[in-house]
Amino acid sequence: MSSIAGTKSGLTWAVHISVALLVALWLFPTLGLFVSSFRTADQISSSGWWASMLPSEQNRTLRTADPAAQVQQGALWVIEGNLFEGGTPATISAWGTSSRDIAAYAPGETADLGDDGRLTVEANGDYRLENDQEFSGRRGQRVFATARTPPEFTLGNYRNMLLDPSNREGMTRAFFNTLTVVIPATIIPILIAAFAAYALAWMRFPGRALLIAAVVGLLVVPLQLALIPLLKLHLAVGIGKGYLGVWLAHTGFGLPLAIYLLRNYMVGLPRDIIENAKVDGATDFQIFTRIILPLSFPALASFAIFQFLWTWNDLLVALVFLIDATGETTVMTKQIVELLGTRGGNWEILATAAFVSIAVPLAVFFAMQRYLVRGLLAGSVK
Amino acid sequence: MNPALQGLITIVVGVGGCIGYFYLSNQILDRVIFPATGEHAGRNINRANVVRPWLFLFPAIFALGLYLGYPVFETLRLSLTDRDAGGAFVGLANYSQMVSEPKFWEAMRNNMLWLIVVPAAATAFGLLAAQLTDRIAWGNVAKSLIFMPMAISFVGAAVIFKLVYDTRSADQEQIGVLNAVWLAFDGGAGSFILLRLVPALILLAFAAFMGYGIYLSLRPLIWGEAERGGGSWWTVPLRAVVALGAAWLLWLSLRSCFAVMTVALPYGQPQTWLTIPFWNNFFLMVVLIWIQTGFAMVILSAALRGIPEETIEAAVIDGASPIDIFFKIKVPQIMGTIVVVWTTITLVVLKVFDIVFAMTNGQWETQVLANYMYDKLFRANDWGVGSASAIVIMLLVSPILIWNVYNARREMR
Repeated sequence: MSSIAGTKSGLTWAVHISVALLVALWLFPTLGLFVSSFRTADQISSSGWWASMLPSEQNRTLRTADPAAQVQQGALWVIEGNLFEGGTPATISAWGTSSRDIAAYAPGETADLGDDGRLTVEANGDYRLENDQEFSGRRGQRVFATARTPPEFTLGNYRNMLLDPSNREGMTRAFFNTLTVVIPATIIPILIAAFAAYALAWMRFPGRALLIAAVVGLLVVPLQLALIPLLKLHLAVGIGKGYLGVWLAHTGFGLPLAIYLLRNYMVGLPRDIIENAKVDGATDFQIFTRIILPLSFPALASFAIFQFLWTWNDLLVALVFLIDATGETTVMTKQIVELLGTRGGNWEILATAAFVSIAVPLAVFFAMQRYLVRGLLAGSVK
Repeated sequence: MNPALQGLITIVVGVGGCIGYFYLSNQILDRVIFPATGEHAGRNINRANVVRPWLFLFPAIFALGLYLGYPVFETLRLSLTDRDAGGAFVGLANYSQMVSEPKFWEAMRNNMLWLIVVPAAATAFGLLAAQLTDRIAWGNVAKSLIFMPMAISFVGAAVIFKLVYDTRSADQEQIGVLNAVWLAFDGGAGSFILLRLVPALILLAFAAFMGYGIYLSLRPLIWGEAERGGGSWWTVPLRAVVALGAAWLLWLSLRSCFAVMTVALPYGQPQTWLTIPFWNNFFLMVVLIWIQTGFAMVILSAALRGIPEETIEAAVIDGASPIDIFFKIKVPQIMGTIVVVWTTITLVVLKVFDIVFAMTNGQWETQVLANYMYDKLFRANDWGVGSASAIVIMLLVSPILIWNVYNARREMR
């Protein structure tokens, strides 16, 4: 159509570029966290994550081998080796031996250190330190090098946060706690809502319209209202703070959307099938389990994803109904908030913790996006 | 007991219990209470069918009533009582205490800002993204990437954006993107254009839009057309209120436009973005806009596809420009959907808690109602004022609630 208007190519290019910009803008923050979780603490604090993709100029403090490594060659005492031994290799562009002038020499030049001998450093980090007398002292000569370091990433943060059982700040326990909250809190409301939705969609009884209106109304009731009364109730009946309480709470809070989505979907199922089944003598229970449930799979999947994302990402309900003073039942969101407070500057810990909690929902999201979109459309477009 | 095992048992017991309840109650109904045999078979079947819906509905009604219905009234009751006085009725004392606190008004002001900015920005970006991605080959990939933040928790997003806003002292390398970009501005011509001229023009455009809005809402009153367009008596005050609101926004945007052009910007100094009063609210809002844009885009894109092609073709033949087609043909046709998206995001905004809790915890004048309530309930242990602020949130939500119920009932007829 726009070809009729005669501005096709220019406009198309503008569209492509703007979409690319928009996508980049939306992806950039997440990408930053993702990349940061694979960098060491030093790397994160010495350069922005966007610089990590390219080799970076870094000022590094290195040390030659200690005097115990010296060998005698004729009249000279010599220490030889590579400055990057045991570390990441890099290319030196300038170096020095004093912190006041860290770029005093070019690679290949020789520095005269007086009584401490003469030091030659090559671009690849090979050095030769020679002296007319024997080296003394316990530590090697310090060398300040401006080095081009190739990009380097590590899995160490994940090892530390997930696999180290001695790490009190680790995410493993919180991960399994979250899982323990999420699975029952996703399955139970689906079951209850499916029966209710069937009744609201296909059974005739007085007060049906009123109930549907009530569900639509409850859809928007803020759960903030429920915090105190329900906490009081839970404490009074002996559930207290714990998994049972949080499962019940998530079930209650998820039900309106579940009933609404499932009912809207079930109403659209063909009437003939249900009436034929009735004529053939099927009971409502049979119709529901044999016909309605299998046919409603897309709607069930939509809601399951919603409820999964919502319970996995929830902080408030867990704070109020689950986590007690001991903190044994902490969930990942709470753990991250805690880390934000205590480890505000340690991005290697924060980024890794956040990404551990984000990874599962992202995987679900990309795998089941179709159902999520369908659910959204059913839930809001009228 | 191991929580994983406990969880497994709960799943089995819960799911088994649900299925067992539905199966057994139906069996009992059909076999024991109203057996479909014997002389009253016909009558019994009918009676069973009268009872059965309630069997299906009972767990849902029970859970909804207990977890959402009862708390509304209980919170209302708590907001009128004093916990320390043994739950004695104190009338509106909690409310008057609440409105005398500056923190409450700060939370109200911020919530209003959130309510205006976030739905507007998310819907606008969503509409833009939907319109742009609909026409290109890799549109679906682009869509799913913009949609992705929907899956990320508010807390995760808070961490993501804390890294973006991170600040180092001036002599260190900046690791937050925003500060790195900020330090690239040096006060030259480029800075003038990007930081003063462009925002000022955007604000002017917004002001013009508001002015047009005022004109639209007042036109029927001035020209006495109110009777013509099916307008009834209550539209007059409504129009006046809308016009007043728009006038306020117009004034605000003009004032900010002036401020943007004259304010002295601290070039070359890294900023701690989250501690700049007033403006830090916007840095928090960005997080929610980032999350909600995908939602708006998905819904609006479906609506855009539902527009009949003929209307657009007719406009093209009449020589309308793409911009005209978008604003005069497409947007009016999807207005209903835009309203739905807007109200849905408004609901999210009213309940926003995690972002503020994780990023600033209401410090530096970023308090919002939900976090204020949490503060009162669980830190100050003041259930009365906490409940009162929960009721305020409920009151703000209720117009949308009524509107939704009204629409749902109209559709069912």
